[in-house]
Amino acid sequence: MNLGYTEEQKAFRDEVRAFLNDNLPKRLSDKVAGGKRLTKADYEEWHAILNARGWLGVNWPTQYGGTGWDAVQRHIFEEETTAAHAPRIVPFGVAMLGPVLMAFGSDAQKAHYLPRILNGEDWWCQGYSEPGAGSDLANVQTTAVRDGDDYIVNGQKTWTTLGQHADWIFCLVRTSKEGKRQEGISFLLIDMKTPGIEVRPIVLIDGEPEVNEVWFKDVRVPAANLVGEENKGWTYAKYLLTHERTNIAGVGFARAGLASLKRIAGSQSHNGKPLIQNPFFAAKVAQVEIDLMAMATTNLRTIAAAASGQAPGAESSMLKVKGTVIRQQINALAKQAVGPYAAPFVSELLDEGTNVDPVGPAEAMPATQAYFNNRKLSIYGGSNEVQRAIISKAILEL
Amino acid sequence: MQFKLTEERQMLQDGLRRYLADSTDHEKIAAATDGATGLDHALWDGLAEMGLPGAMFTEDQGGFGGEGFDIMTVAEELGRAGLPTPLIDSALLSGTVLAETRPELTQDLVAGKIVGFAHAEPGARYDLAHVATRAEKTAEGWTLTGNKAIVQFALAADGFVVSARTSGATDAKEGISLFLVPHEHVTLRDYPLNGGGRAAEMTLDATLPEDALLGEAGAAYALIETAHARAIAGQCAEALGLMETIKDLTVDYLRQRRQFGQPIGKFQALQHRMADVLIEIEQARSAVINLCGNLDTPERDLHVSAAKNLIGRVARQVVEESIQMHGGIGMTMEYALGHFAKRLSMVDHRFGDADTHLERFIHLSQSAA
Repeated sequence: MNLGYTEEQKAFRDEVRAFLNDNLPKRLSDKVAGGKRLTKADYEEWHAILNARGWLGVNWPTQYGGTGWDAVQRHIFEEETTAAHAPRIVPFGVAMLGPVLMAFGSDAQKAHYLPRILNGEDWWCQGYSEPGAGSDLANVQTTAVRDGDDYIVNGQKTWTTLGQHADWIFCLVRTSKEGKRQEGISFLLIDMKTPGIEVRPIVLIDGEPEVNEVWFKDVRVPAANLVGEENKGWTYAKYLLTHERTNIAGVGFARAGLASLKRIAGSQSHNGKPLIQNPFFAAKVAQVEIDLMAMATTNLRTIAAAASGQAPGAESSMLKVKGTVIRQQINALAKQAVGPYAAPFVSELLDEGTNVDPVGPAEAMPATQAYFNNRKLSIYGGSNEVQRAIISKAILEL
Repeated sequence: MQFKLTEERQMLQDGLRRYLADSTDHEKIAAATDGATGLDHALWDGLAEMGLPGAMFTEDQGGFGGEGFDIMTVAEELGRAGLPTPLIDSALLSGTVLAETRPELTQDLVAGKIVGFAHAEPGARYDLAHVATRAEKTAEGWTLTGNKAIVQFALAADGFVVSARTSGATDAKEGISLFLVPHEHVTLRDYPLNGGGRAAEMTLDATLPEDALLGEAGAAYALIETAHARAIAGQCAEALGLMETIKDLTVDYLRQRRQFGQPIGKFQALQHRMADVLIEIEQARSAVINLCGNLDTPERDLHVSAAKNLIGRVARQVVEESIQMHGGIGMTMEYALGHFAKRLSMVDHRFGDADTHLERFIHLSQSAA
C-alpha cells in the first residue's frame, strides 16, 4: 500500500504542470474557469497546442502518434489539466473512435482517419442514441441497406453532442433484422456533408444547443466506410463504451467544482456572516468533500489495477454512479449558494469579452447553468440505473 | 502508488482469515458474550500466538508492524469474523500510551496480556477532553476518584490505563494525566454489549504509588488523541470487515431466497439497492485506506474525522438495507446476519458518531484554510 506517486510519476506531473504553465492560453483557462461558452475554434486551438507537443492522443499508443502513457500518467494528465482549467479534449475522435479504428479498422482506414483526428482536419461526433434507443441501445432502427458499392442510410440519431461542429459522424446502423437485435448492427463512418443529412440543434435546460438531432434521408455512404465486419457493430460499440468510461469518475471536475463552491460560499453572506460558516451549509459541503476524498481513492485503486493489467469490470460502473452523484451534489450546492441570483438568465454573459454587466454576482449564472447542464451526468454514458443493473449483474450473477 | 498488501501482510491476512473461519462463528461469539469476561480466552491466546497484537507494534516496541496498514489488515479480519476482541482497547489505546510512557511493558501486550483503557466517562459523550475523575497527589503517591464509562473487556483485563484530572476544568485539554491501575484497585459493574463482548462501568477510589503516573502530569491530551486516531483506524477497518461479511450474506440470500417463483435478487428494486450498498462499501474501503495511509502525516486528524463520518453513514445504510433485504430472517438472533448487523451498528456509538466527526472535519478544514 502506498498512496503517493513514485518519483518518476512526480517528475511527469511537474512536466505536465510546466507545459500547462507555458502553453495553456490564459484566454482559454479564463473562459473555462469563468464558465464561459467555448467555441469550436477554442477547442481546435487547444487540440492544436496539445498535438504540437504530441499529447493529444492521450489514450493512444505511440505507433499511431499517441502518448503511450499508462493509466496513472493519463490520470495525472487529467488531474493537472482540469486543475489548470484547460478545455477538455473533445472525446469523440480521440477517446472514442480512435481506439475502435485501431482495434477493428482496416489499414486504409487507420492510415486515413487517425492522423486527421490528431491534426484537427476532422471533427467527429457520435451517432449512437436514437429516439427509441437510449439506455436500450441495441434497439437502433436507423437502417443501412447495401446498394452496389454503397449503403443507403435512412433514420434519425439524437443527443448528438456538438454535432453542429462535426465533419464526420460514426454511426450504429441496422444492417440486418434477422436473429438477435445485437447481431444486426454495423459501425459506419459517414461524412456529414453527404446529401440527405440534416442537423437540428436541441437547446437544453441550461440554454445551450449542446446536442443535436441528425436526420438521414437516402444518404449514400461508400461501403468502404464500414468498420470491421457487417453485423459486428455491437462488439465495436461495446469496446468504445469501455473507452468512454475511462476517467468516468470525473475526480478532477469534482475537485474544481468543490473549490469553486467553497469560493462562492465564502463570498456569499448569510445573516451577516459568510455562508460557509453557516453550520447547515458547511455540513453539506463537508459531507460531499468527505465523499469525494474517498471516491478519489476508489478511482486510484481502479487506475492502479488497470496499470497492472487488470481489465475494469463493474468498478467503472461504480465510479460512474458515485462520481456523477458527487458532481451533481456539488453543482446543486453551488446553485443553492448563489441564492436569489440563480434566477436571472442573460445568455450574452456566457460570451467571451461581453460588455453586458452581470446581474448579481458574476459566478451566479455559470453556477446555475452548470447545475442544469450536469443533470446529464447521471443520464448519459449508460444511465446510473443501467450502471446499477450492470453492478448487480456482475455480483449477483443471477 | 499501489494498493496491494506487502507479502508479510498478505500472509498475515490469509492466516488470520483461515484461523478465524475455523475457530469461531456467531454462536460461539454469543456464548462468549454470555460468559464470565465476554472473551473466548483460548481464541485470544491463539490470535496472540499468530501475532495479532504484535502487528500493532513496531520492531523497536517488540512487535513486527505498527503502521496504519498493519492495523487495517488485522482489524478488517476481526471484523469479517464479527469477533469482539480487546485489540482496540489493549493494543491500540493502552498500547499506544504504554509504548510512549512505559516501553518495557509492550512485550507483555504483544504476548496477549490485556490492559484495558478507562478514559470515557458518563456524561462525556464523545468529548475526549471531558475528564471529571480526579487524581490528587499525596505523600505516598496518588489518589484517584471518579467514574469511567463502558470500559470494554474490563473483567478480562489485568489492569487499566486510566485518565484522571490533575488540574484544570472538567472540559479542559490541559490538566489530564494517565495512570496505570491494577485490576484490584477498581470496582466494576459488568454487562454484555449489543455488539458482542462485555464492558463495565468503573468506580475509582484508589490509592496508588507514585510511579502509577504515566508520562508527565497534566499533559496527556495529545497522547490520548494519538491513541484514539489509531483506535479509530482499527475500528473503521473492523467495520469494513463487518460490511464485507454482511454483503456476502446478503448477496447469497438474494440469490437463494425465492418468492413469486424466482430468486428475490431478480427484482430490480432490490438489485439497485444492493448496487448502492456495494458502491458505498467501496467508498468505506477507500476511506479506511486514506486514514491508514495518513496515520503518521500532518493530515491525520482530517482523515480520522473523514473516515469516521463516512464509515458511520455507510454502516447505517449497510445495517438497515441488509436487514430489510433479508426480511424476517434478518430480524432474528438465530441467523448470523443480526449478530453482524448489531455489531456494525454499534460502530457509530464509540469514539464519536458521524455528526461529531463531520463537525470536527469542518473545524479542522476551516482552521487549516
